[in-house]
Amino acid sequence: MAELLANWLDFLPPEAIGALIDLVAIVAVTVVVILCVAYATYLERKVIGFMQLRQGPNRVGFRGLLQPFADVLKLLVKEIVIPGRANRWLFLTAPVLALVPALAAWAVVPLFPGFAVADLNAGLLYLLAMTSLGIYGIILAGWASNSKYALLGAMRSAAQMVAYEIAMGFALVGVLMAAGSLNLGVIVEKQAGGVGNWFILPLLPLFLVYFISGIAETNRAPFDVAEGESEIVAGFHVEYGGATFAMFFLAEYANMILIATLTAVLFLGGWDSPFAGLIDRQWPVVGILAAPGLFWLAAKTFLFLFVFLWLRATFPRYRYDQIMRLGWKVFIPVTLVWIGVEAVLSVLDIGPFK
Amino acid sequence: MQQIPEIFPLILFYGWSGLLIAAAVGVITARNPVHSVLLLVLCFVISAAIWLLLRAEFLAVALVLVYVGAVMVLLLFVVMMLDINVERMREGLTRYAPLGVLVGLLLAAQLSSVWWLRRSGLEIAAPADSLAFEEGNTQALGTLLYTEHLYAFEIAGYILLLAIIGAITLTLRRRKGLRVQQVSEQVAVRPESRVRLVKMKTERDE
Repeated sequence: MAELLANWLDFLPPEAIGALIDLVAIVAVTVVVILCVAYATYLERKVIGFMQLRQGPNRVGFRGLLQPFADVLKLLVKEIVIPGRANRWLFLTAPVLALVPALAAWAVVPLFPGFAVADLNAGLLYLLAMTSLGIYGIILAGWASNSKYALLGAMRSAAQMVAYEIAMGFALVGVLMAAGSLNLGVIVEKQAGGVGNWFILPLLPLFLVYFISGIAETNRAPFDVAEGESEIVAGFHVEYGGATFAMFFLAEYANMILIATLTAVLFLGGWDSPFAGLIDRQWPVVGILAAPGLFWLAAKTFLFLFVFLWLRATFPRYRYDQIMRLGWKVFIPVTLVWIGVEAVLSVLDIGPFK
Repeated sequence: MQQIPEIFPLILFYGWSGLLIAAAVGVITARNPVHSVLLLVLCFVISAAIWLLLRAEFLAVALVLVYVGAVMVLLLFVVMMLDINVERMREGLTRYAPLGVLVGLLLAAQLSSVWWLRRSGLEIAAPADSLAFEEGNTQALGTLLYTEHLYAFEIAGYILLLAIIGAITLTLRRRKGLRVQQVSEQVAVRPESRVRLVKMKTERDE
């Protein structure tokens, strides 16, 4: 594909072709992520609908399949209302600041063997940096709206994200100790060869901490005190409507899919097949199940995305002080202890830590 | 490796440097303190970009992660909570102006001394040859920190640990008579200890 493009454009200087290929990759990944976001909203409404014995959206298109596009159209044509005493400039910048890190983080995610938009050596650090930037959009939205509900939501969200980011960072430290690399592609390759080589078993506590912190970090139920409809209306985005609200929505779902994908990449072997150790690639018909590919990453991501929705339909909202206790007093000690255990095991060459 | 024309990094460097200086000027001239904090964030991000030009990817990402992602968030948090009256802050201007001018002059003297040392041919620091590391500079930095500079690194770690403990002890107050929830007791609760089921006849037999 890339070679074909390079041949076709050989009248351009080589740097320009490189830049063009990168641009195509960026646009492709972004478009796919945005489409996934659109259908994640449909999935959420359907799944929670079935869990609550309802139909979910079923009017627009076949079984409601066109519902996301109807929603987007509605949000885009709505008027953007800017509150009178809001800080106009920051009010309009905040949704962009929420959305950009959520999309930029996708740059280092290895989607299938040998492909990531940017194959950074410090990929894991880049991810941490990008996910920690998303908080600016929320704080600024809360402050610039000049509304007390929005400010309360922003404060809650900021405290929560700062608390869970630390546990998340420590969980990632465990992953990079096991893989011996910060490069996400290398981390996936280290887990190649079936379920037994995945990091989920040796790093089970870190896996749980990472995924639950990820839910807290994206402000999803049961950690959605930043929105808390019953207490502070809609939290940091009370004053937003139309396209600006759509951007917050897009950022939240892009982050959700990102966390689901990263959990799959870091702990479940990314694009690696779960049957890789069991089935020989040369076998007829079933051999194809052992091949690594985007399909496996998508399947694992879908699994975690489903858990996100399942949790939302199942659990009531956490109380604020319980959220703080879970983050600071439970998760951080758990990760610290497991990093210590891992260090001792890897020094003694026990188990999968070599 | 792609061949990048020499002029391109130069354009990026001067463009970003110009933006950096403009943002830094903005930090001290913005009327709204929240705008100042955001311009400071912009300064950090541009500095990270300039470090990326030097291929110091670890430093660049760490700068964004630590300063933009953590320190500035807390600073922004504090600034938003402050009720700042710009008029009242102006009052002290004439009183503190001499001190400000003094500090400014000292900074200018320091900067010009660096420039002067460079002019007199003294080599202050050799530019890092970051391309020499095949494994990427994250690994190179780690190897250096944990071998050659191990003691300095560990001492810095202990100082930070002490600072954390100090900060916690300073803010920790044990107040008497505070009704705190005992989470372990809450978790250990069984229905039998809270609810007594009583069998009763619903109606009297007639």
